[in-house]
Amino acid sequence: MLGYALRRLLLALPLLLGITFVSFVVIHLAPGEPAEVQTGDLSIQSDAQARQLLRETYDLDKPLHVQYARWLARLVRLDFGKSFSPDARPVLQKIGERLPVTLFLNIIEMLVIVGLAVPIGVLSATRQYSLFDKVTTVFVFVGFATPDFWLALLLMILFGVQLGWLPISGLRSLNWEYLSFWRQQWDFLGHLVLPILVATFGGLAGFSRYMRQSMLEVVRQDYIQSARAKGLAEPIVIGKHALRNALLPVVTILGLSLPGLIGGSIIVESIFAIPGMGQLMVQAVFERDYPVIMGNLVIVSTLTLVANLVADVTYSFVDPRIRVGARRGRR
Amino acid sequence: MTPGAPLARLALILALGLAGCGGEADSAIDHAPASEKPAYGDTFIEALIGNISGLIPNVLSDSASFEVGSLLYSGLVTRDRDLNLIGELAESWRFSKDCLDLTLHLRRNVRWHDDAPFTAADVVFTYETMINPKTPTAYREDFRAVASVEAVDPYTLHVRYKQPYAKALQSWGVWMLPKHVLEPYVREGRLREAPQNRSNPVGTGAYRLKEWKPGEKVVLVANPDYFDGSPYIARIVYRIIPSQATIFLELKAKGVDSAGLTALQFKRQTEYPAFRKAYHKYEYPANAYTYVGFNLRDQRFADRRVRQAFAHAINKREIIDGVLLGLGRAATGPYKPGTWAYDPNVKTYPYDVDTARTLLAEAGWKKNADGVLVNRHDQPFAFELLTNQGNDERKKVAEIVQASLKELGVQVDIRVIEWASFLKEYIKKRRFEAIVMGWGIGLDPDQYEIWHSSKTGPDELNHISYANPEVDALLERGRTSCREEERKQYYTRLQEILAEDQPIIFLYFRDALPVVSSRVRGIVPSPNGILYNFHKWYVPKHLQRYTAE
Repeated sequence: MLGYALRRLLLALPLLLGITFVSFVVIHLAPGEPAEVQTGDLSIQSDAQARQLLRETYDLDKPLHVQYARWLARLVRLDFGKSFSPDARPVLQKIGERLPVTLFLNIIEMLVIVGLAVPIGVLSATRQYSLFDKVTTVFVFVGFATPDFWLALLLMILFGVQLGWLPISGLRSLNWEYLSFWRQQWDFLGHLVLPILVATFGGLAGFSRYMRQSMLEVVRQDYIQSARAKGLAEPIVIGKHALRNALLPVVTILGLSLPGLIGGSIIVESIFAIPGMGQLMVQAVFERDYPVIMGNLVIVSTLTLVANLVADVTYSFVDPRIRVGARRGRR
Repeated sequence: MTPGAPLARLALILALGLAGCGGEADSAIDHAPASEKPAYGDTFIEALIGNISGLIPNVLSDSASFEVGSLLYSGLVTRDRDLNLIGELAESWRFSKDCLDLTLHLRRNVRWHDDAPFTAADVVFTYETMINPKTPTAYREDFRAVASVEAVDPYTLHVRYKQPYAKALQSWGVWMLPKHVLEPYVREGRLREAPQNRSNPVGTGAYRLKEWKPGEKVVLVANPDYFDGSPYIARIVYRIIPSQATIFLELKAKGVDSAGLTALQFKRQTEYPAFRKAYHKYEYPANAYTYVGFNLRDQRFADRRVRQAFAHAINKREIIDGVLLGLGRAATGPYKPGTWAYDPNVKTYPYDVDTARTLLAEAGWKKNADGVLVNRHDQPFAFELLTNQGNDERKKVAEIVQASLKELGVQVDIRVIEWASFLKEYIKKRRFEAIVMGWGIGLDPDQYEIWHSSKTGPDELNHISYANPEVDALLERGRTSCREEERKQYYTRLQEILAEDQPIIFLYFRDALPVVSSRVRGIVPSPNGILYNFHKWYVPKHLQRYTAE
């Protein structure tokens, strides 16, 4: 098992290298470069001397392969470089101050989604074509079809402007530091409600659908029939025998959504003014801040690869049929 | 996009000139009843659509950083409500007769935020920083004409110019930097990495930095030692909200105290009583105009009659009403109505399709049997009109232009292109036939970079390739004179020629449409907008919303 994981890890390295190389080239091919963005691209002030100076500072005057080699050489020492943005701060520091917010939001979001989607999926599968199933089906399609930003705006208008129950944007009120400890938590929670509601809505739809599908397949299996024939109570049949098997594909999907936890949602973060990773990435792209873009990419793609691996490994734990390393031919 | 010195640019961002004359705007000068006394305190909350990129604006280029920087730093001169240059850190100044020598006398009571005195040595240092080849600033150009800067004594400064320079005085509106703090960083060419660019800026401005949380907020507090007296409003919080829609909703929920509105929001979405009570609206032409430009290297557009015909065929009123809901002013040239260089008496092109047809016929373009405009060789008049993505206004303008020219039998195809590639692949390489674009204008009328025939290189701004020897001469004379009356003559003539030539079709100056919380007093709308006297704004005690905790 360990050997398998290690082998997979080793194989992931060239893949990661390939990803970074392709991204590096593509980013540099895109029109507009940081030196121009920063000296005002269509301004009377746009100063050729300043532009040249920045190009040299950022090594942009070197051939692309040299730039890539230098970047890579720094990366293996875990140095992600300095941001091209005029504040010139280290990339890791920039990512570090954004990551906790995004991570926190996305983990809560994930918990809410899983916590709701599993029961919804199970219920609508076991009561297929019931009223509940029909209602959730409609809900799911609405969820799929609703654009995040639109829902967000509607909720903001209702709860923020009309009713005035919830704050519209940001993570904390402006007087936060003057509040008592419990008021601070309460304030923070209030700010979380809308973003989490919006972010959960779409995800919930998809996830509950997967759950329902997977459950439907399982309940038709022979061993469920046997379980029932044994005289087991229905909750045990479903909750113990069926659910464990039905969760298998869901584990994979969960694993694959892990990188998304870091990447953050651009739309939700922008519209709710949450200073997270998604915002950082968008801004970096607009500013052509290559080190930040690349740093972000490396982290997210590493996580994707690791998540894949973790999903495969967990899979073999929960599903003995595909356990690797077990001797062949012994099912 | 914005010609002009830092000061002028700053003014462009802040400039919300000329009091409202539209129906909805609050045209009253001040809303304060006589009984209300100016009071210290309260917090003013403003939304920024983008993160600021640093705290030393001299080496930055984004408007958010300028807005914050303008409160942290000050220059030697600034613009008053009528856009005249007045002393800020300088008390007085004198030009020699030949305009080559400028002597400035500095205020004696100015202190940096760290309590060190501000002296002429700091001015010399700022100048040296700006011209240092290791400083990545976009504002070096302003100081190229300077031969020497010398501190005669701690409060007197002598500047010598190589040749007369019209923007000499204005260029000293550059934000002053503290020598005692920043000198080592400038010497090593690491000004951007200075801690003052990230956390502890040292300026002489009305406000000091309290904290900057990237992506979240910037908090400023009043500087009690400000040379012009402590500002009334005790705290300013800039909230970074990247979505225009969210800013608007925050405004409605009173989460922010001020925001710029779109025409639609201004006219249709904020006219209910609760909003009118909570906010005062202001309305005045912004320092930017929108135009249709032609590539004059294209033979068809090189003919002036064609451009004049198009000017007649495009109904500016229709565009202003359709795109801006009437909240704009027709442009007749590159200067804003109401500024000193503006000439109201130039040739205009009233909407008149028949005159347009006649002009085109003279130029050899006639409608054929299918209603298509063709030349002698039966080639149809068709071209591509480019504009950049993300600017809905320009897209709508392009559509109206397309429909208007269709009347003449001209086929226009619109293409909307992402900004960076629009600039790099089309504008800079001159690979376009016609464009819908805008120019931000500075507060000085010098537009050498835009119209002079020597400025047609790939990285230069005369991308329409306009060349007119008389215009060249006027521009050269206009920028090397330091007498306003003399310059006015040059720029009047310049506007006459541009109006006659129509190298581009000047469409309109959009109105800036800010709203400010009605509890704030002391706002005096002027040709220079409203923000120029921010440190004199106040909230009467009984109306203060965020009292000191």
